[in-house]
Amino acid sequence: MKSLEELAAIREKMASRLALRENAGEIRIVVGMATCGISAGARPVLNTFVEEVANQGLTGKAVVTQTGCIGICQFEPVVEVFEPGKEKVTYVKMNPEKARKVVEQHIKNGNPVAEYTIGSNQ
Amino acid sequence: MKELSLNILDLAQNSLTAGSTWVMIDLEETEDTLRITLKDNGCGMSEEMVRNVTDPFCTTRKTRKVGLGIPFFQLAAEQTGGSLTLSSIPASVSPDSHGTVISGLFYKNHLDFTPLGDVVSTLCTLIQGAGDVDIIFSHKLPGGEISLDTREIKEVLGGIPLCEPEVLVWIRDNLTEQYDEVGQNH
Repeated sequence: MKSLEELAAIREKMASRLALRENAGEIRIVVGMATCGISAGARPVLNTFVEEVANQGLTGKAVVTQTGCIGICQFEPVVEVFEPGKEKVTYVKMNPEKARKVVEQHIKNGNPVAEYTIGSNQ
Repeated sequence: MKELSLNILDLAQNSLTAGSTWVMIDLEETEDTLRITLKDNGCGMSEEMVRNVTDPFCTTRKTRKVGLGIPFFQLAAEQTGGSLTLSSIPASVSPDSHGTVISGLFYKNHLDFTPLGDVVSTLCTLIQGAGDVDIIFSHKLPGGEISLDTREIKEVLGGIPLCEPEVLVWIRDNLTEQYDEVGQNH
């Protein structure tokens, strides 16, 4: 059973790491989680971003957050990526597979995945 | 919505928007019924809002003039022969004790019953986005009870935020193991 002792061990491990993380969340990955997003499949997209950012060791670089309706329901699930000094990138009709590619190419290596952006889907 | 657990996630977002400091999610199952109840201590709704909120053209969102969250949930319940109940006390009327309770009764053996689906994913997603809002979850099944209370988790974690991926993995594994113990694979 996943015990509270294990949780306490996580605390010990995290405490030292959080202290080291100074510019946490330089990149913001925002997933639309209103009724439109959820019914279109935003839940697995969000969870994939959270897992992949952690698995790729990017927690010091990017933070995953949720928002309400972005206003383009026909394109849900919608994900916006905000990076300081750069234009916002809006990804549309996302799924877990696309999310993994966005983390790999865009978040990790700085190259937005053009084919998934709203500009390529209109 | 393909799963009732997605309706739960959607309704819980309303509780977060309402400024709640906690949200209780209760699932109660018998052999042929499922009751889903969400209770919060948010700003509540006026009597008029409670009357209108099942109307798709009533919404708090600012980007569209339609709101389908509660209508979807109501439809999912009623199409199984079940029902929706909603009650709310607005903060303007009762500053010390306010909030909303929404509850749906579902008949599980009805042809049009939507499966409950991945409750564990819903909880992880909800906790990831809930910030300081506490989530108190309980699922009573004929074979046992699954429960999770973020207030207890926070106590162990000290200041470590619940949205840290390692913590979310622990929550996922903890819930999955609880479901395994009562013989439900979620």
